[in-house]
Amino acid sequence: MSVLVYTENWDGKFKKLSYELVSYAHAIAGMLNTETVAVSIGDVSDTELTALGKYGASRVLSVRDARLNQLVNQAYASVLYQAAVRENAQVVVMANNFTGKAIAPRLAVKLKAGVGAGIAGLPVTVEPFAIHKKAFNGKAFATIVIKTPVRILTLLQNSFGLKENGGVAAVEAFIPDLTDHDFKTSVEEVSKVTGKILLTDAEVVVSGGRGMKGPENWAPIEELARELGAATACSRPVSDEGWRPHEEHTGQTGKIIAPNLYMAFGISGAIQHLAGVSSSKCIVAVNKDPDAPIFEAADYGIVGDAMKVLPEMIAAVKEMKGE
Amino acid sequence: MKILICMSNVPDTTTKIRFKDGNTALDTTGVQWIINPWDELALTRALQLKEEPGSGVEKVTVITVGLADAEPTIRKALAIGADDAIRINSQATDAYDVARQIAEAVNNEGYDLILCGIESSDYNNSMVGGMISEFLDIPSVSSVSSVTVDSGRFKIKREIDGGKETLSVTAPFLAVVQKGIALEPRIPSMRGIMMARTKPLKVIEPVTSEVLVEHIRYELPPSKAKCRMVAEDNVRELVQLLHTEAKVI
Ligand SMILES: Cc1cc2nc3c(=O)[nH]c(=O)nc-3n(C[C@H](O)[C@H](O)[C@H](O)COP(=O)(O)OP(=O)(O)OC[C@H]3O[C@@H](n4cnc5c(N)ncnc54)[C@H](O)[C@@H]3O)c2cc1C
Repeated sequence: MSVLVYTENWDGKFKKLSYELVSYAHAIAGMLNTETVAVSIGDVSDTELTALGKYGASRVLSVRDARLNQLVNQAYASVLYQAAVRENAQVVVMANNFTGKAIAPRLAVKLKAGVGAGIAGLPVTVEPFAIHKKAFNGKAFATIVIKTPVRILTLLQNSFGLKENGGVAAVEAFIPDLTDHDFKTSVEEVSKVTGKILLTDAEVVVSGGRGMKGPENWAPIEELARELGAATACSRPVSDEGWRPHEEHTGQTGKIIAPNLYMAFGISGAIQHLAGVSSSKCIVAVNKDPDAPIFEAADYGIVGDAMKVLPEMIAAVKEMKGE
Repeated sequence: MKILICMSNVPDTTTKIRFKDGNTALDTTGVQWIINPWDELALTRALQLKEEPGSGVEKVTVITVGLADAEPTIRKALAIGADDAIRINSQATDAYDVARQIAEAVNNEGYDLILCGIESSDYNNSMVGGMISEFLDIPSVSSVSSVTVDSGRFKIKREIDGGKETLSVTAPFLAVVQKGIALEPRIPSMRGIMMARTKPLKVIEPVTSEVLVEHIRYELPPSKAKCRMVAEDNVRELVQLLHTEAKVI
């Protein structure tokens, strides 16, 4: 028996997300009285792999196969399926990100496992296996019961945090059986975002809406983000107008994020926008309309002109940092 | 070439969500039903491909798992331009069951491309598309923001965590689509609405359902504490509060 956790790497390195997933898997393993086994796919050093032990993995199955350098849904699902069977997994944990969403459903069919998608906390009970999840775009929570002996959970990033347990994981090479049938899609071109904090990884996000009036006014948003080590985001009309790249669009039809701090400048707070940001731990709104719905979702607010508030905020942050 | 769009019937995105029967079911009184926003974009893109000279796309079909009350939404898809529709006569329950019903219905029907939205805006699972592809044992590409076709070969753009990739795929396959696949959903024309009335809508009976996940109870999120307002000329105070009180910077 085990709880299996898929730890994704980025150019051979794990990120905070990977450690969060292991911490979460380990907490569930505790509830089930079993061990936590991580699966890594790609060229990751042993030092990096054993470090997963710090968060509770007792073993890491390391898969190195050049054909898996790019995400191929079928092949990845097949690897995890073979690992789950070998380790007799009761629960498989992965991230609720693009990779998780690509693999989890295929794996679920292979294992005939019920899926809890977009989970933010531990199961309420493990017998029956009941757990909370968001539904209706964050307008409600549901308690679901997963009735199968194997369950798949996809965890919302930044919802559980890191829990150190101070162990060292044993690394085992794992060679799954893959055939050409598993590799029917091929990647021809890759463009990676470099030198920028990814929106989904960021702990602080500075976001602008149509109230920013035009792309020429984004310099202070970017500067504030730089000062705070934050990522930048925007509302849908802003990306539809081409003021900002599509990757920054947050909301129901864009990215769903849960940073510690979300700052909204000139965003009205439409229900579809809030669907993507309402899980943020703290929301700050700056809007010149005191009746803007964003203030109902916000923790702190300023009624005022974003163009005037932004430079002052940058100055105040610099001052706070002691510059 | 034939394209299939898997379509989900969901409450309008502005719906105020309420529950009934001791918080065990959605109260559908007064709810407006719409085509799931991503499925609508998928349909729009499929129709654009069909109109492109030389794309080889001859037919666009929509399929949904739902009872007769889902038919207005299906007619809307036909009015937008789908050629025909299939309704599997079953109350949609969990993702596994929906995917299995669809896979059973379309197996051996020869669809070259199956399009699904990245999630349905009711249960937010992001599961149905990938599950269908596994049931059918065909390749799948997820988080797809662009689909083009050139002499039978598809070029796909997808977003990955931290970048974008261009892929080349041969039919048959399934694409789970997201933002970017089409900019604005198509709106039915008057002529489309007239034609939709006579377009074929096939109703088929489900296979025995198998539900792996049950929704047993719902709750509304706890109401939020009131927003703390800070004066416009006191930005410094706000930054201090974020630092010392909220401890987020
Ligand atoms: C199916 C569907 C899905 C959708 N999905 C999304 C989604 O994922 N994400 C999303 O964001 N939207 C989404 N929308 C759109 C959403 O309904 C809103 O239209 C959108 O969020 C509004 O963006 P905004 O707040 O930037 O612009 P507006 O609504 O135009 O608001 C601008 C705000 O800026 C304020 N303002 C103006 N000037 C200033 C100034 N100088 N200083 C300070 N404040 C100022 C105004 O008071 C106003 O509140 C969706 C809509 C639909 C129908």
